[in-house]
Amino acid sequence: MRGIGKSFPGVRALSDVSLTLNSGEVLALVGENGAGKSTLMKILAGAQLADTGTIAIDGKEVHITSPHDAETLGIGMIYQEFNIVPQLTAMENIVLGAEPTRGIFLDEAAARKRARAIVEELGMDLPLDARASHLSVGAQQLIEIAKALSKHARIIVMDEPTAALTDREIDALFVLIARLKANGAGIIYISHRMEELPKIADRITILRDGSVIETRPASEFPPNEIIRAMVGRSLDAHFPDLPAVAADAPVMLDVAHLVRRPAVNDVSFSVSAGEIVGLAGLVGAGRTEIVRAIAGADIPDSGTIHVGGDLIRIRSPHDGIDAGIAFITEDRKGQGLVLGMSVAENITLAHLSQFVNRELLIDEKREEIAAENMVQELRVRTPSLEQRVRNLSGGNQQKVVLAKWLLGKARVFLFDEPTRGIDIGAKTEIYALMLNLIKNGAAIVMVSSELPEVLGMSHRVLAVREGRIVREFSRSEATPDAVIAAATGTAAA
Amino acid sequence: MNGLVKNQPASLLQNYWLRIAGAIVVVILLMAAVNVAAHGAFLQPGNIVQVLRQITYNCILGVGQTFVIITAGIDLSIGSLVSLTGVVMATIANALPFSGVGLLIVTLLVGLVVGGAAGWINALPVVKLNLPPFITTFAMLEVTLGLSYIISGGRPVALRSDAFGGVGYGSFLGPITNALHLPSLPIPVIWMIVVIVIASVLLMRTRFGRYVFAIGGNEEAARLAGVNTSRVKTMVYVISGMCAAIVGFLYMALFSSGSPQTGTGDELLEAIAAVVVGGTSLMGGQGSIIGTFFGALLIGLLYNAMNLIHVDSYLQKVVLGVVILLAVVLDELRKRYLART
Repeated sequence: MRGIGKSFPGVRALSDVSLTLNSGEVLALVGENGAGKSTLMKILAGAQLADTGTIAIDGKEVHITSPHDAETLGIGMIYQEFNIVPQLTAMENIVLGAEPTRGIFLDEAAARKRARAIVEELGMDLPLDARASHLSVGAQQLIEIAKALSKHARIIVMDEPTAALTDREIDALFVLIARLKANGAGIIYISHRMEELPKIADRITILRDGSVIETRPASEFPPNEIIRAMVGRSLDAHFPDLPAVAADAPVMLDVAHLVRRPAVNDVSFSVSAGEIVGLAGLVGAGRTEIVRAIAGADIPDSGTIHVGGDLIRIRSPHDGIDAGIAFITEDRKGQGLVLGMSVAENITLAHLSQFVNRELLIDEKREEIAAENMVQELRVRTPSLEQRVRNLSGGNQQKVVLAKWLLGKARVFLFDEPTRGIDIGAKTEIYALMLNLIKNGAAIVMVSSELPEVLGMSHRVLAVREGRIVREFSRSEATPDAVIAAATGTAAA
Repeated sequence: MNGLVKNQPASLLQNYWLRIAGAIVVVILLMAAVNVAAHGAFLQPGNIVQVLRQITYNCILGVGQTFVIITAGIDLSIGSLVSLTGVVMATIANALPFSGVGLLIVTLLVGLVVGGAAGWINALPVVKLNLPPFITTFAMLEVTLGLSYIISGGRPVALRSDAFGGVGYGSFLGPITNALHLPSLPIPVIWMIVVIVIASVLLMRTRFGRYVFAIGGNEEAARLAGVNTSRVKTMVYVISGMCAAIVGFLYMALFSSGSPQTGTGDELLEAIAAVVVGGTSLMGGQGSIIGTFFGALLIGLLYNAMNLIHVDSYLQKVVLGVVILLAVVLDELRKRYLART
């Protein structure tokens, strides 16, 4: 790709970006949210058109004006949000859009043969006849990869492929990527996870503010230099120092014998004012379900919840909000935001009653001022309050979600994967914000799949397995090995 | 950055008014052309008022439907509800011991209760079991139509009182408009304007209205933000049922009877057409009441113009279909254009 440029209204997304991908290599594309990675890849995939620049494959200039063009040229995209039809089987998904036929009929035998050939060649552990909706996220990703390969993709783009995977699935993915490399494919690998780059990347290209900052072999690019190049400044400490919890701090949240079948089985714990408790565990261990039941997103079967000493009855998310619970969901787009609404409307959605005047009408002036204050306080980067949230980057979307909850008087904050898929700059800001919350006496429960985050940002860590809290760690006890051992149920180290 | 926030809050609003202004310009140009073809009959004030009178009923139905469609739902029962509420109101009115304004008010309230209750039942399976509203309101379409025929015995129920005539075909401020040599505004048109104003304020300025948009945009996000999504969704079907009742009331007053056949023609489809032509998305999350009014007006003007220039009535249907498609296609192209630039 040479000299690629692209502008959106008010934003110059890419300017004069050039990059080269060799066959048999993994090129990691790294940058903060809004740096232009996604736009660049969408141009390569034909989902968007570049304003300027050229793309050449095997030395020949090509014109990619539609996803179909990209596919024909051997470009396969594996998006963060998968494009899988959940009702179809793994095999049907793999051949989707290129089904082998005999006359006008589907040729199932040929489809099976083709799917099996790919799956076996790469040593994938994928049940071909299982419905995609019944498969784990990791298996669904295998479907996506197999689908790309069945269309003879030689250039494969993976956008945050490990974001939703368990450690074991990540290992399997890396083995798979190594095989793809050996077969001569070129892979563009987009990730926010510094720690995996040295393991997987051959070269690393840093993108910042729509321009290529630097490209170096991965072996000559230590993580701290990558981070510096990404953010344009040095970030030595990821995590801020947590202030100690006062000895006489009142218990803010107390959960006793909480049950929500099948995922939550008799969970009890409490969080004091000014304390952050991290829930660690594997995907599917029931961490998300625990916080959902506390927030009223799911209605608990039994158990009691006290907030600030008062027993509360939760039959809906509305009850949770009334009791002072804010639930920042893991899935921003699906659960946290109304993407088609404006920044201001999203910020005020949970607390609109604050802005209703005596005539029962929304006081738009007051609403705008409140939203504006939040936008400034959280430094949300948006051209205006009227901007549709859909058009913001991931980090800024997450800030809008936080703004929505900060507008209320919540005393308990439940963070589910608060920094998933957002860049380091925004992560740091969100950590600072959590710190601010506990300094003001809030209690925080944080679910995160990133172990360093759980360990770095929690006063206490609770290991969750099969819907139960299996062990509690103080900050000093919580070593990676011990927490993983407890979460996986292997003998404690 | 913060300067931008301060300077630009009106951009979407400007865009919104620009769209409406653009639509008006196009309509005016077309009207001028038709006027020439119809030898000046089209733009007579009397003719314009006639069009407004004709669109009143479908426009009010469309207003109720707009709320439902913004939540990504649909209400297929409105035509049958016009029929049922008309028949019920006529039957009750004949049995009531009141007269004059009291009779009017009580009869209307009865209709609103019937329409609202039907809307509530429409919503019940939608909010409790998450069934598609297409099915539940379609079932309601059949049930209410059947009930309407049962109650009326299949024949129009003639009103005994003549208190309704003023509502049906009376005019507003007649002496003043006559003195100014202007056509008088029919009372039903006044009803339409009142409904539009109330519905617009409800949709654009209240919490309820904001929640309607939020549910259409992302129902789960709205629920997790504490919105009582069941209640809001129930309310939109109740509103739609009540709008049907108002139309049933106006038709009953116009014909001096409640007929089971009223509302069972093109009303449902033309109300939905008005909503869609007016820029409300069937996918939910966006739309406006004023848009629905302009949608209904466009369709009404089109019919009227074709009548004036003697377009064959079968051909009129073809033209209407093409115009509806064209309106939606143009809107989609405009959105894509905006998304790209």
